[in-house]
Amino acid sequence: MQGRIHSLESFGTVDGPGTRFVVFVQGCPMRCAYCHNPDTWEMNGGQLMEPSYIIEQYERNRPFYANGGGLTVTGGEPLMQVDFLIDLFTLAKEKNIHTCIDTSGIAYNPNNTEWIKKLDHLMTLTDLVMLDIKHIDPEKHKDLVKQPNENILKFAAYLDEKKVDMWIRHVIVPGLTDDDKYLFELGYFIGQFSNLKALDALPYHTMGESKYEKLGMEYRLKGVPALDQKVLIEKKNVILDGIRKRRAEMKEQNS
Amino acid sequence: MKPIETDFVRGKWDKEVNVRDFIQRNYHPYDGDESFLAGATQNTKDLWAMVLDLQKKEREAGGVLDMDTKVISTITSHGPGYLDKSKETIVGFQTDKPFKRSLQPYGGIRMAEKACSDNGYEVDPEISEFFATHRKTHNAGCFDAYNPEMRACRSSHIITGLPDAYGRGRIIGDYRRVALYGIDRLIEDKEAQKASTGRVMTDDVIRLREELSEQMTALKLMKEMAASYGCDISNPATNVQEAIQAVYFGYLCAVKEQNGAAMSLGRTSTFLDIYAERDLANGTFTEEQIQEFVDHFIMKLRCVKFARTPEYNQIFAGDPVWVTESLGGVGVDGRHMVTKMSFRYLHTLTNLGPSPEPNLTVLWSTRLPENWKKYCAKMSIQTSSIQYENDDLMRVVHGDDYGIACCVSSMVIGKEMQFFGARANVAKCLLYALNGGVDEVTKKQVGPKYRPVTGDVLDYDDVMSKFIDMLEWQADVYVNTLNIIHYMHDKYCYERAEMALHDRDVKRYFATGVAGLSIVADSLSAIKYAKVEPIRDEDGVIVDFKTTGDFPKYGNDDDRVDEIAQDIVHKFMTAVRRHHTYRNGIPTTSILTITSNVTYGKATGNTPDGRKKGQPFAPGANPMHGRDTHGAVASLSSVSKLPFNDAQDGISNTFTIIPGALGKEDKVFAGDIELDLNK
Repeated sequence: MQGRIHSLESFGTVDGPGTRFVVFVQGCPMRCAYCHNPDTWEMNGGQLMEPSYIIEQYERNRPFYANGGGLTVTGGEPLMQVDFLIDLFTLAKEKNIHTCIDTSGIAYNPNNTEWIKKLDHLMTLTDLVMLDIKHIDPEKHKDLVKQPNENILKFAAYLDEKKVDMWIRHVIVPGLTDDDKYLFELGYFIGQFSNLKALDALPYHTMGESKYEKLGMEYRLKGVPALDQKVLIEKKNVILDGIRKRRAEMKEQNS
Repeated sequence: MKPIETDFVRGKWDKEVNVRDFIQRNYHPYDGDESFLAGATQNTKDLWAMVLDLQKKEREAGGVLDMDTKVISTITSHGPGYLDKSKETIVGFQTDKPFKRSLQPYGGIRMAEKACSDNGYEVDPEISEFFATHRKTHNAGCFDAYNPEMRACRSSHIITGLPDAYGRGRIIGDYRRVALYGIDRLIEDKEAQKASTGRVMTDDVIRLREELSEQMTALKLMKEMAASYGCDISNPATNVQEAIQAVYFGYLCAVKEQNGAAMSLGRTSTFLDIYAERDLANGTFTEEQIQEFVDHFIMKLRCVKFARTPEYNQIFAGDPVWVTESLGGVGVDGRHMVTKMSFRYLHTLTNLGPSPEPNLTVLWSTRLPENWKKYCAKMSIQTSSIQYENDDLMRVVHGDDYGIACCVSSMVIGKEMQFFGARANVAKCLLYALNGGVDEVTKKQVGPKYRPVTGDVLDYDDVMSKFIDMLEWQADVYVNTLNIIHYMHDKYCYERAEMALHDRDVKRYFATGVAGLSIVADSLSAIKYAKVEPIRDEDGVIVDFKTTGDFPKYGNDDDRVDEIAQDIVHKFMTAVRRHHTYRNGIPTTSILTITSNVTYGKATGNTPDGRKKGQPFAPGANPMHGRDTHGAVASLSSVSKLPFNDAQDGISNTFTIIPGALGKEDKVFAGDIELDLNK
């Protein structure tokens, strides 16, 4: 099945392990205030592409991705196009390509059995999911992205159950998502999962702002400064503390 | 040759001049990391502070601190010079004091005079008179032989940067020979070479015998020069300090006599490591001492200076010496050639701080040891001072003892050399093809009066066929001009010191170069895939273009246009190969205008790809700025499709990226390890 694609990037270095070929899909139901790719929101935009075409582009430059790199699908929201992902990753696995999905988890709906069946299939083809949890608190989450976070958190548990490696990503925005209380809670929550392999704390930056201007859209975070590198490391450590606390508790329970 | 007394592993090298054999039998590949490295000693810090102070004074003085206007530079023309004799473990400057630029008029007296006058100095009138009346220079020789067409091409910049008024450079002496054999054995070897020349005195034999004599003179002077510093280099070096010193003296002789467009060092680190390993094992020196020798050596290389004109500096974007040193690589037997000394060389970027010179060049292979790769990456991120070259590509052609001259020209050390060839502006050639040989800027008939394109829309097949014809003409006049240049350079400005450290029969590459490749590829792509309408001025000369529609652009891994680029390189090289070359040089070409792309852009009119008159070309084989829209790998992939067989002198790609875009910055990313509970 064809995918609705925003663009392809041949040299991705920040979206998963190693050097990666990155597919930006078109369409996302989330409306994150700090999103730096608002041009990928529109569900009907982009161009249609065959999975085989994408794999061909990857294969052309395979040596660049050979050493611990691979293929990442981001967006947009990849899980809005599960059928396409299944086809794409089936081909990728035939070629022994490391596969990764960068997702907000918003599409996850445990009650939609037919969709879950497809997802189960997709997970057998997926080496890594990078799950971007925007906020651990349900109310704050709604404020920030206009969507609830209940299913997103359930998705993390689902990945753990399926034993799919998981990285947690979290964007830290000054004044919005930098409260130590919630950061610790986030850490405490993700600490329970044994499939958690890495924590990717992302500093808020203002490079997306110009895109909003170009698209004639209002930028909700006007005036919010980029996050300082030093603060980022402190905040990351708060999340790590939460993870450690949960893990220590679990260890105690088990012993 | 007199046998060498040695405790190194013997082989061929102790019976004949064969540095590679010595290296292969004696070097120790190093797989470890950089933790063994030693910091800068107090002496190193003191000396480097003096250099920084001189650099500051030089800048304040407008770029030149001191120039010699009276003494013509030769190997022995100047007495010894020091920063602080008591602290220097490696000695030697080009003149009798640091930062004093030498007078080198053999390339061209006018260039030497201008280099002085532009910087507020005046060449001694007696010297000017001598070169005007009694001693011809390389430059004068070239202009005696040039025909009107060559002069016209030169002044209209369709052929640019020709080394007809300055030293051609690009020759690397095997400076390691001075350390391994000592001067006496090298002279003995040259005597034998001279005795072995042909018995019939043809032009070639006469020239060879004269050159070998020149080389022997240079070797004798090297010994004399070293003696003035209190060093005896008659015999093989006995430890690493002597070895480094001997290598440097060899190099110093070259830069005392040649103000070349690139004066590269070769591939010395793994050679020198053999001495260092022995000294460490014997307790002769400590790691700290050895690093100090290396730091002082590199410091000296950073102080190499030439007298140059502002115009020269404009072409080369600064005042580069191109002291290129090639590091690492993999041997033909499969062992990598990274040693501790490779680390020590890069470590000078930490001990002395980042610097463009010497041009530390890593010969990259996928099979290099992981620790070395990581260290290179780390040092690149910290200093942006490392150049990378593809060893896996070049080893096939040159084996494992080649080095890089300038930025990309590969040659086997001591066995191959290059006649440097500047470049042909193929973007301008395309415009000549459209205008029937009329220059789009000066409106003069420079090229042959072929039929110009007619009609209101450019037709791909028509343009292509006219372009190929014009390219043939360009290659013709270009190669002929270079033939004159190299004939005259050999005659009036022979590189005796560098050639003394070569074999008798060297392989000579006849280098040519191409500028404006991406412009031509995009322009032809525009003509083929979009609609390009020429705009003519009142004289009927096409001076601008109206391009409607989109077209594939070089730099996006799109075969439709990448194949055009490959085709141009191949056609150009085919045209060059059809010509007679001076001394039967093997024709090669390069796509490597790293610095001069700005100057070439200035002299070239509007082009069909949308580039405006005067706008810079992309450097080397780079895609035009901003046209590669599919990320770095796609961009690199377009470049890597260019045929190395047709561009064996090298293909360069300038790649700039902020460290953050190369991956997560330090400490931001928490992987497995940091989740450890015990922390």
